[in-house]
Amino acid sequence: MANIDKNELERLRQVASDIRCSVVSMVKEAKVGHIGGSLSVTDILTALYFSVMEVKPEDPGWEDRDRLVLSKGHGATALYSALAYRGFSPVEGLESFGCIDSRYQVHPDRKKVPGVEVSTGALGQGLSVGIGMALAAKLEKKKYHTFVILGDGEIQEGQVWEAAMFAAHYKIENLTVILDYNNVQLMGDVDKIMDVAPVDKKWDSFGWIVKKIDGHDLGELVENLKEAKRSDEGPVIFIAKTTKGKGVSFMQNTCDWHGGVPSEEEFNKAIGELKDYGE
Amino acid sequence: MTALRDAFGKALLELGSKNKDIVVLDADLGSSTKTEYFAKEFPERFFQCGVAEQNMVGIAAGLAASGKIPFVASFAVFITKRALDQVSISVAYSDLNVKLVGAYTGLFNGRTGATHMAVDDISITRAIPGMVVLDPADALETRQAVFAAAEYEGPVYIRETRDEWPDIFNDDYRFKIGKGKIVRGGKDLTLIGCGVMTSEAVKAAEMLQTKGIDARVVNMSSIKPIDEELIVSCAEETKAIVTCENHNIHGGLGSAVSEVLVQRSCVPVRMVGIKDTFNECGTNPELLEKYEMDAPTIVKQAQSLLENI
Repeated sequence: MANIDKNELERLRQVASDIRCSVVSMVKEAKVGHIGGSLSVTDILTALYFSVMEVKPEDPGWEDRDRLVLSKGHGATALYSALAYRGFSPVEGLESFGCIDSRYQVHPDRKKVPGVEVSTGALGQGLSVGIGMALAAKLEKKKYHTFVILGDGEIQEGQVWEAAMFAAHYKIENLTVILDYNNVQLMGDVDKIMDVAPVDKKWDSFGWIVKKIDGHDLGELVENLKEAKRSDEGPVIFIAKTTKGKGVSFMQNTCDWHGGVPSEEEFNKAIGELKDYGE
Repeated sequence: MTALRDAFGKALLELGSKNKDIVVLDADLGSSTKTEYFAKEFPERFFQCGVAEQNMVGIAAGLAASGKIPFVASFAVFITKRALDQVSISVAYSDLNVKLVGAYTGLFNGRTGATHMAVDDISITRAIPGMVVLDPADALETRQAVFAAAEYEGPVYIRETRDEWPDIFNDDYRFKIGKGKIVRGGKDLTLIGCGVMTSEAVKAAEMLQTKGIDARVVNMSSIKPIDEELIVSCAEETKAIVTCENHNIHGGLGSAVSEVLVQRSCVPVRMVGIKDTFNECGTNPELLEKYEMDAPTIVKQAQSLLENI
């Protein structure tokens, strides 16, 4: 059991619930978006932005900030919600998601949203960029940590393995990867489309320190990610077992909700469940 | 004469000694691209990525996001094709201050043949929103282009030609992004060249002179942004244009010049370049002749153009 204060845990659970509600609302209003992969990554983002990472919402470019690259950029609604609730931008602006002229594009645009480090969405690119940030920290002798979140479909892209080789070769210990391992991608289950298993052995053979965690246990996430930040061993990857669509019963474990848009009825049912889940 | 790739390597070294934010990335081609000079002097700022260009471009983006000025060099084919999604999204769409260097351009790649020959890198990079595209004509301009690229805030693509080519400019010259330069005055037609084809155009102009044709020669090393006003004034004053590029005639300098002309000042144009073909191993003079890009070909095109007006 993780060592985390009960009240702190409760605070984080509430934040995660708010983010999940926001995700479902944004996609329903915009009629576009990626609910499944945003709900699966919500607890990871909550742990990072609300406990683990040192950031200054009033100064998004603060040189010593910890960095987060959401390489699986289609989790944008969760990222935007986390950033807004954390104070980087007003929560009221989120409903413009996916609309013309909106700063909230369907995949994150670095130029438009304070707190977004790089424009992702074209899968496989974020780990390389995160490595560049970690290297810059070393050059400048800065202590900030870089976190990169990868998707499990995403690691089918070859560039991810180029980056994995590089990070291990150069022992980039100020970088931590979290794999959102929900086993569902756009066309179906990952193990049916293009199986990436055994994921742990793959990363281990590439020279990474591999740890398995529950991607929805906020206490475990906070404790492990804080430890990874402190540690001078690396690079580390957390294989986070997650559920696509986590929090809404009928959205879980199905590729239908990779990019599905809820009807009014589905939306109401989803929000009802999420409000209960938060309690 | 200096090999242009040596001029590039030395310029990068000089730049690195003046600016500690310059970092350099290589994908196992440093002895070809001459980033090796920088690597030797500043090993802590040099990142060897192995044969993995997509990762290399992404790492450069991350370094740029953290305030560094990365120069990422590989063969032009790999920078602009193997790593195009990364160039397009991690660099250009993200508006990150990365300087991409594509070596071994067009025909002239040390006899390594078609897989290492970029015939389409100008057309590709021109179409990337926000990308500056440069093709320096000689050793001096190569050095100045490197410095100009470092000073410019935003993504830049520089073509790095491999070998020795005649000097066109002297120390008075100042390269500017977005500006072309008249290197030889004339009134009967204009030869617009970029990269090392400018010196071929100069040779052609000299040959044309002996035939009583007074050809203006322009160096258009900044292909994007292109010097529109210079192109228009050449069109209005000389009424005929031959473009000369070490690149496919589709989508490169010829197309860029034509885009300006059809909108501003329609005059007849001929394009000298690689005629939509992959190439082969050969020495530079052999290739220039076989692929009809040498000075005598430029002369024939100029004469034919003038006869048909």
